[in-house]
Amino acid sequence: MLQYFAKQERIYPKKVSGKYRNLKWVAMAVTLGIYYLVPFIRWDRGPSAPDQAVLIDLPARRAYWFWIEIWPQEVFIFTGILILAAIALFFITSMLGRVWCGYFCPQTVWTDLYIWVERLIQGDRNARKRLREGPWTFEKIRKVATTHFLWLVIAWCTAGSFVLYFNDAPSLVRSFFLFDVSPTVLAFIGGLTFSTYLMAGFAREQVCTYMCPYARFQSAMFDKDTLIIGYDEKRGEPRGKHKAGESWDGRGDCIDCTACVQVCPTGIDIRQGLQMECIACGLCVDACNDIMDKVGRPRGLIRYDTTNHMNAAVKGGKEKFKFFRIRTLYYGAILSLVGGVMLYALVTRAPMELHVLHDRNPLFVQLSSGEIRNGYVIKILNKTHKDRTYQLSLDGLEGAVLDVKGAGETNAQNIFVPADSVGSYHIYVSADVEPADPRPITFTLRDDEVGDTYEGMFVSRKE
Amino acid sequence: MTDKQKNEHEKDIDHVTGVETTGHEWDGLKELNNPLPRWWVWVFIVCIVWSIWYFVIYPAWPVPGGATEGTGGYTQYKELAESQAEITARQEAYLERFEDASFQDILKDPELYAFASAGGAAAFKDNCATCHGTGGAGAKGYPNLNDDDWLWGGTLEDIHQTLEYGVRANNLDTRISQMPAFGKDGLLKREEINAVVDYVLSLSGGKTDGHEAQGAEIFKMQCASCHGADGKGLQEFGAPNLTDKIWLYGGDRQTIFETVYYARAGMMPAWGTRLDENTIKQLTIYLHELGGGE
Repeated sequence: MLQYFAKQERIYPKKVSGKYRNLKWVAMAVTLGIYYLVPFIRWDRGPSAPDQAVLIDLPARRAYWFWIEIWPQEVFIFTGILILAAIALFFITSMLGRVWCGYFCPQTVWTDLYIWVERLIQGDRNARKRLREGPWTFEKIRKVATTHFLWLVIAWCTAGSFVLYFNDAPSLVRSFFLFDVSPTVLAFIGGLTFSTYLMAGFAREQVCTYMCPYARFQSAMFDKDTLIIGYDEKRGEPRGKHKAGESWDGRGDCIDCTACVQVCPTGIDIRQGLQMECIACGLCVDACNDIMDKVGRPRGLIRYDTTNHMNAAVKGGKEKFKFFRIRTLYYGAILSLVGGVMLYALVTRAPMELHVLHDRNPLFVQLSSGEIRNGYVIKILNKTHKDRTYQLSLDGLEGAVLDVKGAGETNAQNIFVPADSVGSYHIYVSADVEPADPRPITFTLRDDEVGDTYEGMFVSRKE
Repeated sequence: MTDKQKNEHEKDIDHVTGVETTGHEWDGLKELNNPLPRWWVWVFIVCIVWSIWYFVIYPAWPVPGGATEGTGGYTQYKELAESQAEITARQEAYLERFEDASFQDILKDPELYAFASAGGAAAFKDNCATCHGTGGAGAKGYPNLNDDDWLWGGTLEDIHQTLEYGVRANNLDTRISQMPAFGKDGLLKREEINAVVDYVLSLSGGKTDGHEAQGAEIFKMQCASCHGADGKGLQEFGAPNLTDKIWLYGGDRQTIFETVYYARAGMMPAWGTRLDENTIKQLTIYLHELGGGE
């Protein structure tokens, strides 16, 4: 019978211990720790800005990351971070293979956490399999319900933490306990709880195999010097069952115990070679090493190694691991270039900006004295945490008079902009000039510490 | 033939990839069967169900005379009304303070000032732009509100009064004055008007035909009562300043002649009966800033 649609095959990854499993636990602890705790880190910015170290303040249109602050017009920094992250991913992948997939990708980390919960409640591989295939007894209901309850709790915490990055964390947590949370927050938490539960509880390796585009194109970053999880075919084959005391002559080291298959979270057989589904978590390496120790053969039948290495080992030679290759060099070069540009942008970030918008309608006005007057709107971005009073001056137009419109005692010598905000003023420039083509003029706005200039135009006649 | 062999026989396996084919063949090309995951089909089905739900809830299908309305009652008009209500609610916070504030209070308070300017700019485009232009630059017969020349006065109070009661409007308190049609009504002869035009042109340094002395005499008799002995105008009567460079109808000889011959009487509606007091107040602040104020 031809099947057009494939049923998802249930995977019950077996418990394993070893070097890579430990690395995975550490990576999980670090990434989850960062994710859940970072919103609570405080960072004093004075009374005019929030004191949360990492915060995306959407209503106020600001993003904060420790000492870095991003205003809407600096959103290119976000773009830069994304480009940087992508190239760093390519760079790491070309050297170390899919370490991102195996250790740090949220899909992997949360799936790993969910499998851990599953194992805690339902037992290891065989017990889980038995439970699933068995009838619905009270015990089964209890265990399955507990598992799903814990999954939902984790999913809810995950969603809650996500929202904390967009709100003041301590006060939002407090309002949770007072049942005083906005519908928007609840909707986000609901949606993210559901997606976490769905992705880590059910979709799992399907995400890596079918949804993730990165899994599909990363072979473009691989070469024969890239570290991969590899099965040493020359050493392992021909495989077969082995009884204690039998000779190892004329046969491979692989005893076909399928330990590598049983622990695999994506359910593949690594002995078939590098596959798209392999997330390079290294759990099969741990499993195989364990078996090799037991049967008294050397470790590393499945190992984390490069293709070149493996081939060289077959010939009895030894090849050095090549870090510097054209591929890694140009990824490294792009990485440093983008990093440098970003660093430059951050270091030279202006504490204030002046923008001058010429009134469009009318472009100029003739006054009763015969003078010509142009109107402008000046926008002043005060990115510092201090209230500031600026002075505006004008170059390039002889005898020009500046008039700044605003409430109170506002004039060209006294332009007030509160901390962390944008000041907007209507200004007039009038001068006794002959009608001519637009004259270039330069506005300068400064106080005793900071300043900025803007090149503008003074219009005195219709085209 | 064993069962296994039979199965193998029925399956058509592609030799290069080892993948089963669907049995479909075109000119020797066979279609491989790499099955999609089943959940993918479910996602597809859920999307279809969703779209049906969407068709029912929201306006969707074109029917004669419009489209199906949807059971959810959604319209963009409602959405607009909602966001307008939201904005009005946000304005409430300022409106109360704004209502009680005098012009001087508003000029001192940056928040109220910004509120008035922004509100005034919006109200101007809705109500005034038809005649005065979107930027208030005016047109022939409709004053440019960006310059520093004010027919009826440019103080906050003057602007407010003009807005409230209009000019030559159908209102008891409207600003009103009447320039005589000197030529049409036979008050002055043609050459006398020409002399006055010469004098008026000379006031702002324009080119004349040399009859300004005669014109000055006539001006003193006929025009000075409103435009002032020095020709600088009187805002009380809405009589324009004739010595400056700004001309409402035009500063060339022909136009000035027409003005004197037929007279001018522009009108503006009284906005007090059309707009609420707060809007007029906002407009006042906006216009005062626009023209540089007095």
